[in-house]
Amino acid sequence: MNQSNSKVIGLALLVILILISLFSVKFGAVSISIQEIGNAFTHLIQGTEITDLNERIFMQIRLPRVIMGIFVGAALAVGGVLMQALFRNPIVEPGLIGTSSGAAFGAAFYFVLGATFKLNLGEWTLPIAACLGGIVSTMLVFYLSQSKNGGKSSVVSLLLTGIAINALFLSGVGFLSYIARDPQARSITFWNLGTLSGAYWEGLLIVAIVTTFSILLSLRYAKQLNALMLGEQEAQLLGISIFQLKIKILLINVVMVAVATAFVGVIGFVGLIVPHLLRMINGSDNRFLIWSGALLGAIVLTASDLTARLILSPAELPIGIVTSLIGVPVFIILLRRTNYFF
Amino acid sequence: MIQLANLSLKKSGKNLIDDVSLKFNHGKMHLILGPNGAGKSTLVKLMSGELKPNIGQVLIDGQELEKTSFKDQAKYRAVLSQNIELSFPLRVSEVVMMGRFPHYESSPKPLDLEICEESMKLFRVDEMRNRNYLTLSGGEKQRVQFARVFAQIWTPLPGRSRLLLLDELLTFLDIYYQYDLMQKIRDFMVKNEDLTVIGVVHDMNIAAKFADTILLLKDAKVFAFGETKNTLNASTIYQVFQVKVEQYFEVK
Repeated sequence: MNQSNSKVIGLALLVILILISLFSVKFGAVSISIQEIGNAFTHLIQGTEITDLNERIFMQIRLPRVIMGIFVGAALAVGGVLMQALFRNPIVEPGLIGTSSGAAFGAAFYFVLGATFKLNLGEWTLPIAACLGGIVSTMLVFYLSQSKNGGKSSVVSLLLTGIAINALFLSGVGFLSYIARDPQARSITFWNLGTLSGAYWEGLLIVAIVTTFSILLSLRYAKQLNALMLGEQEAQLLGISIFQLKIKILLINVVMVAVATAFVGVIGFVGLIVPHLLRMINGSDNRFLIWSGALLGAIVLTASDLTARLILSPAELPIGIVTSLIGVPVFIILLRRTNYFF
Repeated sequence: MIQLANLSLKKSGKNLIDDVSLKFNHGKMHLILGPNGAGKSTLVKLMSGELKPNIGQVLIDGQELEKTSFKDQAKYRAVLSQNIELSFPLRVSEVVMMGRFPHYESSPKPLDLEICEESMKLFRVDEMRNRNYLTLSGGEKQRVQFARVFAQIWTPLPGRSRLLLLDELLTFLDIYYQYDLMQKIRDFMVKNEDLTVIGVVHDMNIAAKFADTILLLKDAKVFAFGETKNTLNASTIYQVFQVKVEQYFEVK
């Protein structure tokens, strides 16, 4: 934990995030001038109505979308840091304990059977269905992984149960896609690849509050997660109650990831690679990884979203395709070049 | 001071520890010897609270171990376990700092940094402080773990004696470091009289040279416990290990 290094890295990440966000609000299917951005804010401050089309696009579509990307990216990356630390396993990502597959099932259920069951809470129906799906699947994983004697769930049994429950819910999604009519099946596919295009201010507010609160809370457990690197027994010998820590970290992750996924769909890979990129740069101290993960996650997702909008403009790609398409080569190159030793 | 009262642990019908009652005094080095499967590590785990006995109690300074929180235990008791593997790369200095975790809340205080520094110097790992722990050899890793464990109980606590539990402490170490480390533990004990050291070793010569008391375990039971000269001789070694040995020098 080199303090001066991490300060420099933090500052650099912050500058990059600001630049990329500025690019991201400006460019897209419609290019927005600095003048128009200024006007839009003037209207907001004066409380007058925006009449100009570009200013409205900026205020109601572009800005919430970019900010949504920042918070979702932060949530996914920090979720990855927490899960890798908790499971003491470098191949883990936040969806591993069933959260994203459950959310995907909830969303698919809404798309295909929502009308049949008269599920209608307006624009909140999809996020609520997805969030419930994510929480139910995670609870199921946690419940099923408890051993009969003693009620403690070992990390390995959590991991295995998570993989099994993921497979179960994904087959559920597969079944729903199979019985779906064409437009419904397309909705499922799109949602599973993730998109920020539906971002709106009310949803953004929820994601922002939940993510910020969760990240601040998880910083409090950074030291305990560090001790866990020695193993569960050793961490306990250093005075940490493993069972309590496990429940707290799982809860933080589930709420943060389920809420983010509920609004933007399943976005893979960010939660896996961001923690590794940061470990390559500055080591494995979780205090560093949590806050810098939030920044780098935000950068990666914002940049991916910008790419997704520009590459086929005016059409756009699902963001999940971009995060994997760019993320995988970058990750592999770094993995081979650096001295990242396990 | 740690006292074991009628301690027994049974698992699937087999006695792992069978009615052990004894007292380890502070200011002394107690070494445990016994054949594989005699219950040496199990006994250490019962004293560290990692395992709970079916019957009996562990009393530390007269207080029941089960009634003390993990957090409080970690302040006065450090344990060196076998085979510690890190899940992610960390610098040597970061691993040693983990020993101070029970003593600070979120970031280390100057005292914690100072203690880590001294402990790293004591075990001669200060020159590898920035190296990745995962790239070290087995013996180097073991010395880093020593530095971490000692950092945890470096300073005395008001109203409590300190306890150091060392399971298979000499694994991976060459003969120089085996004697060097044992001597360092003894020197540290002389300066810190409230410390009780309990270790598991296999080498009879080392046990004879460094121990104040020897505990011989056989089939989950105490075979002999007491001063080295009364417990460790050709006859007891034959009865416990079924190996014939000759004694070349006097035990103090």
